[in-house]
Amino acid sequence: MIDKPTEKAIGIVNYGAGNIFSLTAALERQQIPYGMVNTEQELQMYSHIIIPGVGHAGAAMEKLKQTGLVEAIKQLEKPVLGICVGMQLLTAHSEEGNADLLNIVPLQTKLFDRELGIKIPHMGWNNVNFTNNPLFKHVKPDAQFYFVHSYFIEYNPIFDIASVNYGNKFSAAIQKDNFYGVQFHPEKSGQAGEQLLKNFSLI
Amino acid sequence: MTGPENMLSKRIIPCLDVKDGRTVKGVNFVDLRDAGDPVELAAQYAQQGADELVFLDITATHERRKTMIEMVKAVARQLNIPFTIGGGITEIADAEALLNAGADKISINSAAVRNPQLIEQLAKAFGVQFVVVAVDTKLVDGKNWVHLNGGRLITELETEKWIKQAEEMGAGEILLTSMDHDGTKAGFDCGLLKKINDSINIPIIASGGAGSVDHFTEVFQKANVDAALAASVFHYGEILIPDLKNELSRNGIPVRL
Repeated sequence: MIDKPTEKAIGIVNYGAGNIFSLTAALERQQIPYGMVNTEQELQMYSHIIIPGVGHAGAAMEKLKQTGLVEAIKQLEKPVLGICVGMQLLTAHSEEGNADLLNIVPLQTKLFDRELGIKIPHMGWNNVNFTNNPLFKHVKPDAQFYFVHSYFIEYNPIFDIASVNYGNKFSAAIQKDNFYGVQFHPEKSGQAGEQLLKNFSLI
Repeated sequence: MTGPENMLSKRIIPCLDVKDGRTVKGVNFVDLRDAGDPVELAAQYAQQGADELVFLDITATHERRKTMIEMVKAVARQLNIPFTIGGGITEIADAEALLNAGADKISINSAAVRNPQLIEQLAKAFGVQFVVVAVDTKLVDGKNWVHLNGGRLITELETEKWIKQAEEMGAGEILLTSMDHDGTKAGFDCGLLKKINDSINIPIIASGGAGSVDHFTEVFQKANVDAALAASVFHYGEILIPDLKNELSRNGIPVRL
């Protein structure tokens, strides 16, 4: 962790939704400078922002609201990466807790359909079909990423930058302008995940 | 764009027993500087292609928690794959400390049997993905019963019923060890694993009996489990993970290579 934000550093939105130890450890292994964002002022001090998150999307949104950062996050023009529930927060709505979310990307977060004969959560390593996007630069086409989630973001070709099939086709990664999101956990996805975090820091 | 066909990989999980922050059971990796160092061993397994790791804390002293937390932090700093911590977790506070130290999942066994509500509480507090319920089972009079204390203590719980109950209460995954097969190196209990697997809707990890590469192929083909766990065959270098995964792949089983 850095003492003072520099021109190139990732700010991690610290809103209490899940553990961020693994994320900061991954950034440290990649020697990517980072710090914690608790205030609007801190949100402005970093070149990149990560919104982490595990657990319940509705509960995570409530926690994010409590930070008072919601409007400022929506206005950001620097690269922002949402991870797992942090990605789902970028969407309009989640079936988890029937919650209205940030609505930065006009997509729905839905519950996997048990009728499809799949196990829930979608847990483990899966390959993704990614597009030619800077986030996936130098990632091998057959690389796999570690997923663990029960809700997914509907596939929409306008915003999709990586899709995956599990029961149905959904988005493993999305982008709208400067906002990126990944459903998998790059901090737990071996070398491919580390490459992705590095790529994000260079956007 | 056409890409590789999506198929969730079957996971290979080495299990490390940890006592006082050190791995126990002999480990036979020639290039390890310190075979007792869980961090170095974990990194080695990740390098070899392990998909996940399980650390089982067998420390019995009061000092255990602090030592374990420090170990978990050290592992999380180094490891770029997920890992589970089991052993001695009896309350929410234990689990929360492990979560904050970087553990991806915790596994509970006897604490869940003694207090099934713990599963519900943990799932509610941290999400189902965090809660692995480990079950040790043994055949007695033709039926599988849940056992505690490493198989020494029988309970009144029928294995299949208990696992279904655990799923209903919020277990995100089941780690099922057949005590009849454990240590035999004669193969997994594919019959039981298939029966249980067909009756639940959450991932299941097979454990107990791995002795050869063929045993892994068999358990994935016959029982269609989501993951297979083993300890000594990996620690003693009897099965190398890259060889194992290549063979599984040749047999048409989806793995991460």
